[in-house]
Amino acid sequence: MKAFLALVGRELRLSLRHGADTLAVLLFFVLAASLFPLAIGPGPATLGRIAPGIVWVCALLAAVLPLDRLFGADFEDGSLDHLLLCGLPASLVAAAKALAHWLTTGLPLLLAAGPLAEMLRMDPRALPALLAGLLPGTLDLSLLGAMAAAIVLGARRGGVLLPLLVLPLATPVLIFGAAAASAVQTGLSPRPHLLLLCAVLAAALPICLLAAGGALRGAAE
Amino acid sequence: MALRAEGLAAFRAERLVLRDVDLAVGAGGALLLLGPNGSGKSTLLRLLAGLKRPDAGTITWADEDIAADPGAHAGRVAYVGHLDAVKPGLTAAENLAFAARLSGRDPRAALAAVDLAPLAALPARMLSAGQRRRLALARLALSPAPLWLLDEPTIGLDTGAIDRFAVMLAGHREAGGLVVAATHIALPLPRAAELRLG
Repeated sequence: MKAFLALVGRELRLSLRHGADTLAVLLFFVLAASLFPLAIGPGPATLGRIAPGIVWVCALLAAVLPLDRLFGADFEDGSLDHLLLCGLPASLVAAAKALAHWLTTGLPLLLAAGPLAEMLRMDPRALPALLAGLLPGTLDLSLLGAMAAAIVLGARRGGVLLPLLVLPLATPVLIFGAAAASAVQTGLSPRPHLLLLCAVLAAALPICLLAAGGALRGAAE
Repeated sequence: MALRAEGLAAFRAERLVLRDVDLAVGAGGALLLLGPNGSGKSTLLRLLAGLKRPDAGTITWADEDIAADPGAHAGRVAYVGHLDAVKPGLTAAENLAFAARLSGRDPRAALAAVDLAPLAALPARMLSAGQRRRLALARLALSPAPLWLLDEPTIGLDTGAIDRFAVMLAGHREAGGLVVAATHIALPLPRAAELRLG
C-alpha cells in the first residue's frame, strides 16, 4: 500500500511539474465543445438536446490526449524497469498510473463539465445525471486508456495506434453515459444507464488492470 | 544468500544471445560480465533482475527459483540499467523521492554519497551526463536490496566519482551484499569473478 501511494504521489508530482500538459487537456475539452455552437448555431432547442452527447464525446477525446505519455516517458528513460522492480505487481503499477491519469485528467474534466453543459444550454435538470455518469465514465476511460497505453508500448507509431484502440472500446461508456443525461431530458429515469456504467467499471477494473500488467511485463522484456 | 543460474538461454528479437550460461555469486561476492557489444550482458542482467524470463534454464536465490515469487525477488534487487531513469523536470532530490519513500532512507545521505548534495535543488535537466549517472547510482544507496545489478555503472564518471563509487561498492560487499556488473571498463571490484560472454 505504501508503494502504491508513493507511486501515485510520484505521478502527481510529475504532472504538477508538467502542468501545461494537464491544462492542455482541459483547454482542449473546452475548446472542442465550444466549436459545436459555432458549427450548429446557438439555437437553444437543438444545442440543448445534443449537449450531453457533445460533453461526452469531447471528454472522451480529451481523455485520450495524454495517454501516450502515460507509460511512454517512463519506457523511454528507463524508469519503467524501476517501477516494475518497486515490489508492486505490474497490474498494481498500472492501477496507480490509471488512478493518477484520472486525478489529473478525469477529475478536471468532471469539474469542467458542469459549466460547459450550462454553456451549451443543456436542461439544468439533466446536470446531476450527466455528472453522475461522468464519474464512473471517466474512471472507465482511465482504465481502458491505461490498458491501451501499456499495450502499444514499444510499438512504433504507438501514439497513432492508441485512439484506434481506445475509441472502439469506449463506445459502451459513451452510449450509456450520454443516454443517462438524455433520458432525464426526455423525462425518463437515468438509473438503468448509470447502473450499466457502473457495471462496465466493475468489469473493466480487473480486466484492464490484468491486461495492462501483462502488457507492461511484455514491454520490459 | 547466494545467486545461482544454470543453463540459461535467452532470445532477443529472434536472435539467441545467451546459451548455456552458468554462474554463481555468494554473499559479499562480485561477478563481472565481460564480452563484446551485443554479447548479451544487459540481457543477462535483466534476466537476473527478473525483468525478463529466461527461455531455458533456472535462476535461484538461496536455492529458490526467482520465478516462484517475482515480488519477493524484486525486493532483493537494486538495478541500474544503461539508461539513467532520471526525470529532467524534477530536481535531483525529487528524482530520489520515490525510491526514498519505498525504503524509508534519507535521500540527502544518498546524494551526499555520490557528492551531489550541493545540487539537490537543481532540476535534473541542468545536470551533466556524468552527474545524471551519479544520480542514478545514488538509488543504490537508498535501496536495502542485497543484490546490485549494474549495467556499465561508471560510464561518464570522473576519477573522483569512481573512487566514491568504489567506497559504496566495498561497503555493500562488506555488509554481505552481492554485485553483478556488466562492463567494458575496469571497475573498482577487487576479488571479482569474471564471466566472459559471446
